[in-house]
Amino acid sequence: MPTNGVPTKITQGSGTKGGIGESTLRPDGTLKVTGEFAYSSDMWHEDMLWGQILRSTVAHAEIVSIDTSEALAVPGVYAVMTYDDLPADVKNYGLEIQDTPVLAHGKVRHHGEPVAIVAADHPETARRAAARIRVEYRDLPVITDEASALAPDAVLVHENRDDHHVGHVPHPNVVHRQPIVRGDVAAARERADVIVEGEYTFGMQDQAFLGPESGLAVPEEDGGVHLYIATQWLHSDLRQIAPVLGLPEDKVRMTLAGVGGAFGGREDLSMQIHACLLALRTGKPVKIVYNRFESFFGHVHRHPAKLFYEHGATADGKLTHVKCRIVLDGGAYASASPAVVGNASSLGVGPYVVDDVEIEAIALYTNNPPCGAMRGFGAVQACFAYEAQMDRLAAELGMDPVELRRLNAMEQGTLLPTGQPVDSPAPVAELLRRVKAMPMPPERQWESSEGADVRQLPGGLSNTTHGEGVVRGVGYAVGIKNVGFSEGFDDYSTARVRMEVVGGEPVATVHTAMAEVGQGGVTVHAQIARTELGVGQVTIHPADTQVGSAGSTSASRQTYVTGGAVKNACELVREKVLERGRRRFGSYHPAWATAELLLEGGKVVTDGGEVLADLVDVLGDEAVEVEEEWRHRPTEPFDLRTGQGNGHVQYSFAAHRAVVEVDTELGLVKVIELACAQDVGKALNPLSVIGQIQGGTTQGLGVAVMEEIVVDPKTAKVRNPSFTDYLIPTILDTPTIPVDVLELADDHAPYGLRGIGEAPTLSSTPAVLAAIRNATGLPLTKTPVRPEHLTGTM
Amino acid sequence: MDFLRPASWEEALAAKAEHPAAVPIAGGTDVMVEINFDHRRPEYLMDLNRIGDLEEWEVGEESVRLGASVPYSKIMEHLRAELPGLALASHTVASPQIRNRGGVGGNLGTASPAGDAHPALLAAGAEVEAESVRGTRRIPIDAFYTGVKRNALAPDELIRAVHIKKADGPQQYSKVGTRNAMVIAVCAFGLALHPETRTVRTGIGSAAPTPIRAQAAEEFLNAALEEGGFWDNGKIVTPSVAKQFADLCAAACNPIDDVRGTASYRRHAVGVMARRTLTWTWESYRGAHRTTEGAA
Amino acid sequence: MRIDFTVNGRPQEADDVWEGESLLYVLRERLGLPGSKNACEQGECGSCTVRLDGVPVCSCLVAAGQVQGREVVTVEGLADFARERACGTGACGTSLDEAKGWQAQGTDSQTGEGTELSPIQQAFIDAGAVQCGFCTPGLLVAADEMLERNPNPSDADIREALSGNLCRCTGYEKIMDAVRLAAARQSEGV
Repeated sequence: MPTNGVPTKITQGSGTKGGIGESTLRPDGTLKVTGEFAYSSDMWHEDMLWGQILRSTVAHAEIVSIDTSEALAVPGVYAVMTYDDLPADVKNYGLEIQDTPVLAHGKVRHHGEPVAIVAADHPETARRAAARIRVEYRDLPVITDEASALAPDAVLVHENRDDHHVGHVPHPNVVHRQPIVRGDVAAARERADVIVEGEYTFGMQDQAFLGPESGLAVPEEDGGVHLYIATQWLHSDLRQIAPVLGLPEDKVRMTLAGVGGAFGGREDLSMQIHACLLALRTGKPVKIVYNRFESFFGHVHRHPAKLFYEHGATADGKLTHVKCRIVLDGGAYASASPAVVGNASSLGVGPYVVDDVEIEAIALYTNNPPCGAMRGFGAVQACFAYEAQMDRLAAELGMDPVELRRLNAMEQGTLLPTGQPVDSPAPVAELLRRVKAMPMPPERQWESSEGADVRQLPGGLSNTTHGEGVVRGVGYAVGIKNVGFSEGFDDYSTARVRMEVVGGEPVATVHTAMAEVGQGGVTVHAQIARTELGVGQVTIHPADTQVGSAGSTSASRQTYVTGGAVKNACELVREKVLERGRRRFGSYHPAWATAELLLEGGKVVTDGGEVLADLVDVLGDEAVEVEEEWRHRPTEPFDLRTGQGNGHVQYSFAAHRAVVEVDTELGLVKVIELACAQDVGKALNPLSVIGQIQGGTTQGLGVAVMEEIVVDPKTAKVRNPSFTDYLIPTILDTPTIPVDVLELADDHAPYGLRGIGEAPTLSSTPAVLAAIRNATGLPLTKTPVRPEHLTGTM
Repeated sequence: MDFLRPASWEEALAAKAEHPAAVPIAGGTDVMVEINFDHRRPEYLMDLNRIGDLEEWEVGEESVRLGASVPYSKIMEHLRAELPGLALASHTVASPQIRNRGGVGGNLGTASPAGDAHPALLAAGAEVEAESVRGTRRIPIDAFYTGVKRNALAPDELIRAVHIKKADGPQQYSKVGTRNAMVIAVCAFGLALHPETRTVRTGIGSAAPTPIRAQAAEEFLNAALEEGGFWDNGKIVTPSVAKQFADLCAAACNPIDDVRGTASYRRHAVGVMARRTLTWTWESYRGAHRTTEGAA
Repeated sequence: MRIDFTVNGRPQEADDVWEGESLLYVLRERLGLPGSKNACEQGECGSCTVRLDGVPVCSCLVAAGQVQGREVVTVEGLADFARERACGTGACGTSLDEAKGWQAQGTDSQTGEGTELSPIQQAFIDAGAVQCGFCTPGLLVAADEMLERNPNPSDADIREALSGNLCRCTGYEKIMDAVRLAAARQSEGV
């Protein structure tokens, strides 16, 4: 076992409070504020080696030769591995399509692709050795956009594709295409009094979680390996890792180490297989920790997109039709591109009633960095564009932009473009009403008796304005995000719940493989167990692969699905406990047989409040344990021609109002306030809910005004892989974020809850853009807005 | 790599003479980034933190002798009156943690065109005190920057201090970045009024291969102020003069397009900052001027 | 090379240190103090913030050799540091009751329950300022130092003082709440 940093069981609580609906505190909070919480990069093992990855310096090239001899000769180096050293027949991995080589074979397809790996006794030794591996490349033409990807003579990023999408795509450089056709756009266009068209560009955003990719692989005596890892989905990792190692899944044990944020960036594998390969090769524990530079190459990003929209409306503001085309750049490997296409297309018109739609979404294979999951997942890019369109339409109609949105807002029962009815509350108009009704922040807050406080002005500490050129703007946006995995995916979670007497107290233990990435799933699991089992003490077992899959910590799904699994398992445990109670004590009191029985405050009580027994007595010496899978309602794939189908299970809605101040001369923006209203169904932990909304809102702000991975269009090389040049908002860039939480239950979901994590990331960006447009009068069709866009100096 | 820990300035000079390739490290805010990211593997790293003098400053009659390692946070706190431009520039440096470690000596040693201190030093007027076992010399700031990340130091020289003229009038400093804190300059501008000599000096950062002064703009403004009797009458600088000054500052730039900003934006922004900082400093001068007259 | 310095009040030594190693690396990998985090290693995130002779710095940008003979406080020592500071400002010996309380605490050390926390640490938990927690150690060290200098900060003061610490999870609002809470508790003498 590692001598440092083993994830520990977390026990919390000693009263009977702390059930759902309360803002209970994080069970891992104390460990996190004392520095004791063991993140994946904190793992340490006696005698461990450090792994280092050599990555390609070019985006698209044939590998002519690799010479590792000098690297192997470096003292302190234990292993150097290339494609030729892979132990099994399986040499690729991938979430849906196994198109990603563990180590490059024959060619590299993007800048920073792993080519070779090294294990050495010190990270510096490993770096020096990696630098001595000689790789000779022969450049290939780079595919960087739709035109170069679909040109008749275009080089194929992947030759000989045999995945299940290749049959329906128009070109082998298209990963997946999803059209959606409903109604008759040509006829609807005839009814339109106003038509607006727009072309929008969404930049490549990075998840920029603070804890870079890292983990520790420890070889085990049975020839297997134990991986301590920060990930979003242990079992998906396992399914991809084991075949490449040539091991059965039961010989690859995985334990979740502390995760320093994820936001989609840990849904794909990063260093997992490399660490395991080196550990198995050397027989020693191997730790790999990316630095920030490598992290920018080590995970997929949010798809940059080009979006073409046509919206029509009658003179009184009713939408007649929407036609759109969404081109997502998937980069060199498929990752989650097909599912991102599904979301972008099916949610492509937003939370509005539109009967006549023509949508096409595609994801390209290019030699740009691979793109995949990031918070909002396809819905973010679409929301940016359709909300800009709604503002254009309002301007064209001379209507208030919020009024136009409310007039067309979807409701429960509205059909999506896919023909699927929204079968739970859809309070789109109400969210807009609420966010608009919030008090406005005061004007000119920067003015003080001592002159201008630059900290509250655009430019901040850089002292660029004392009020000159500063104009305020206000903008609104609303969005719709699906919750859970869609399109027929078997989206289940597993929970193991155990109840027993420990130290004279009834204690529940919840064991799932859910990746706690910061969202607070562990807090909620303990709350659910307290509510369902009436105990104060709940132990959260470390997440590992010794229990069934919990699915991914993504798609806003964990509280719904793994929370649902925990609730379900608790209910089954409760039934067993009551059964035992009836057997043991049934004869003493008739209520055991006749009344509705509950577990509360460590006791069995009737629904009338009468105490029948202490749980301690009912349980006795024998634990009760249940492990069960739990599923949400099934979904179905979208038709490949028409896009029709009941593809989604739940939706999440949020609306934002942004207030910005723009230094119109220098093109600098200060967001003054980002108010949000969101329907959460049921807030299981209100404090965490607000935290999620504020965090998601801020990521949307980032991509609105500063965040973009810049890729050179000529070489497909990343130009800003650092926190010096990839900027995320600081506390001085982030405004107050008042949140109005609405709780309209979804009767299909556990406790009526809604997945909440992603929706606030959708509408935040277009609201900020709308506010900047309002302040400047500029069309602004691209994220992020750069000072150059505001000053005409591009 | 060897780690040298001279206990005194003399030891440091001797070590630098013996190992001219030794890289001095004080705040570490440049050097350690390069080491952490494998961009640099110097044969010798020479720690200057043991040399207490380098973190001291003396306020003289004419100028401030600022030790090379005085951290920016100390400049902000203690030298706001004497070196207002540099104090403002210091406040724009990176983050509080970096301002607690980094100093002007490091900025000069690295000589990046984006170093935040340079425009303030150019505007105030300064001399770099460079020393080697061969002796001490003072390099005028205008002659210090010799190319992109190159300076006038000889291989065996170390920066001991900077002599910066005490402010005899208002100074301002402004920097554009695409974030409201912790950001590298897209471009920066420093302006100092020198009522004693009736001159104006400027400094521009990140808009040319080296930090530069906008000399044509200074000459134009000096002449315009003199001609209009502005120094004496304390009138508002006319918008056309301010505009011409701003345009000349922008014209002094020789920027590049890079990931942080376009050349076109840099020129534009330098012009805006030039106009604004002129307005701020001149308003301040007029305010002081009126007060003095009122008292007299 | 070998380095002797003081960490959280205890003398420490590290041997066979590579000359290019940072203080952060030595703390994390050699001294078993991984609380300071390695999020960017270029001074652009503040996750590795420690106090060096009392001053908050990015430990990733301090060469290990530079800390010879100096004093470092990390997040692991923050509670003790805050307690000693409080003692410095008023009478506070360890009473018999406190000594007993100390004994009784920490029944389950794995969970951190019963751990004595500094006011800023407690406020971060109470206000919901911790999500993934990777930025938390650096923020705590920076916020604690700010409250030491400025016990009644304005919101703009808090934002300025913490502008060198990136957080990707919270949107900073709960961090603001936490610092306000700690300041309020401090001024109430709680």
